[in-house]
Amino acid sequence: MSVGEHKLEIFRGLIKFKSNEQKIWGVLIFLSIVTIIEVALGIIKPDFLSAYFMRMKLLNWIFIILTIIKAYYITWDFMHMRDETSSLKNSVVLPLVILIPYLVFILFLEADYIFDVMFEGFVSWNF
Amino acid sequence: MAVSVSKSYEEVNVWEGGDQKPLNSGYGKLMMWFFIVSDALTFSGFLVSYGFSRFKYIDSWPIADEVFTHFPFLHGVDAPMYYVALMTFILIFSSVTMVLAVDAGHHMNKSKTAFYMFLTIIGGAVFVGSQAWEWKNFIKGEYGAVETRGGQILQFLSAEDKKRVSLSDFAIGIPSERSTQEKSDGIWFQTEKSLPKFSIEEVKEGFKANSDILIRIQKIDESGNKIILNRDESLRKIDSAILVVEGANLVRNEYGNPLFADFFFFITGFHGFHVFSGVVLNIIIFFNIIIGTYERRGHYDMVEKVGLYWHFVDLVWVFVFTFFYLV
Repeated sequence: MSVGEHKLEIFRGLIKFKSNEQKIWGVLIFLSIVTIIEVALGIIKPDFLSAYFMRMKLLNWIFIILTIIKAYYITWDFMHMRDETSSLKNSVVLPLVILIPYLVFILFLEADYIFDVMFEGFVSWNF
Repeated sequence: MAVSVSKSYEEVNVWEGGDQKPLNSGYGKLMMWFFIVSDALTFSGFLVSYGFSRFKYIDSWPIADEVFTHFPFLHGVDAPMYYVALMTFILIFSSVTMVLAVDAGHHMNKSKTAFYMFLTIIGGAVFVGSQAWEWKNFIKGEYGAVETRGGQILQFLSAEDKKRVSLSDFAIGIPSERSTQEKSDGIWFQTEKSLPKFSIEEVKEGFKANSDILIRIQKIDESGNKIILNRDESLRKIDSAILVVEGANLVRNEYGNPLFADFFFFITGFHGFHVFSGVVLNIIIFFNIIIGTYERRGHYDMVEKVGLYWHFVDLVWVFVFTFFYLV
């Protein structure tokens, strides 16, 4: 790849950088802000975020969404996925976004079932 | 692509059948992407099985904030998360120096590429060292606990401020003949791990003598805190204790469910091994840059390939950080 083939805008064109190097620093600042938000939320643990949504705290949902956002920018800008052809993007990303949620679905459903079985008292847990 | 001085191995030998490159990408880079896909599935297998165990024991899983509380040079200060946050920043920063090295490579700037590669290696080494320190604290433990017949961990708290107290704060010394069995004491193959600082009888006696100490069990109440027993319940509970547990290993740990320590060792260990391999690869590439291999080859694609691997390691850490420390 030669110089100047990089796509330099992030946030769907909201911010456009002048050079690839500048974009790297911009993405670093963005990733740092997201990480600082995560750590601050993890330390403060605001009460209003401890409500449950689909058997998980809202706070945990926020952590997972922020993580996926970070993963997107690491892959797209640090690994230069933004500059690749859409067929390469799809052949890398699609297997992951199909297989991982599938695995998560099966294992978590099963774990919840095992928890229920133990909770219903077939196993004396605390002795 | 700039005019090549000499064609690389892959240009000559690998993609045959014309100028059209599959997916418009180099051979090595494409294979690195597919390796990353398979490695990502491996790591997601680990993390999802961690999630499986966690949902299975959702009402008694250890709380990470109470386990990882150390920070260098701050002894006894309760600092959850700050250290892993620092480690995350170190790794993200080494990712940035790596992408700067790739960028300098595109500009055929040898000295700049070598400099950023060097910084990346330093960042990776600091990260692996930090992880070793984290392991050391985890293995050594801090307060100690006892284990019951049913394999449950009981931890001790002071009744006034509900803060953890360590076994050495209340255990009573009982004169005892029991000492660690050394190889020199008997037959050469008979040996054992070093004994805990206190025997279970010493802990029990100390607990009964100190009326201001309570027991905390692993179960979590509705608000997400571990249940603390009152003094009467605690006195009844301590009778079922059979073992003193200090620190963590693969069989039992003082933080709670043994699976927590198993997954911690396995997932962070596997990730740390990836970082270590990445540092080794980076060093090889670094010396190749120094001796001018890529300058002669006419492109710095190798830096880009090893860069992909390095960013992937960073990417995995982002997920490990979330699922082990935040969630």
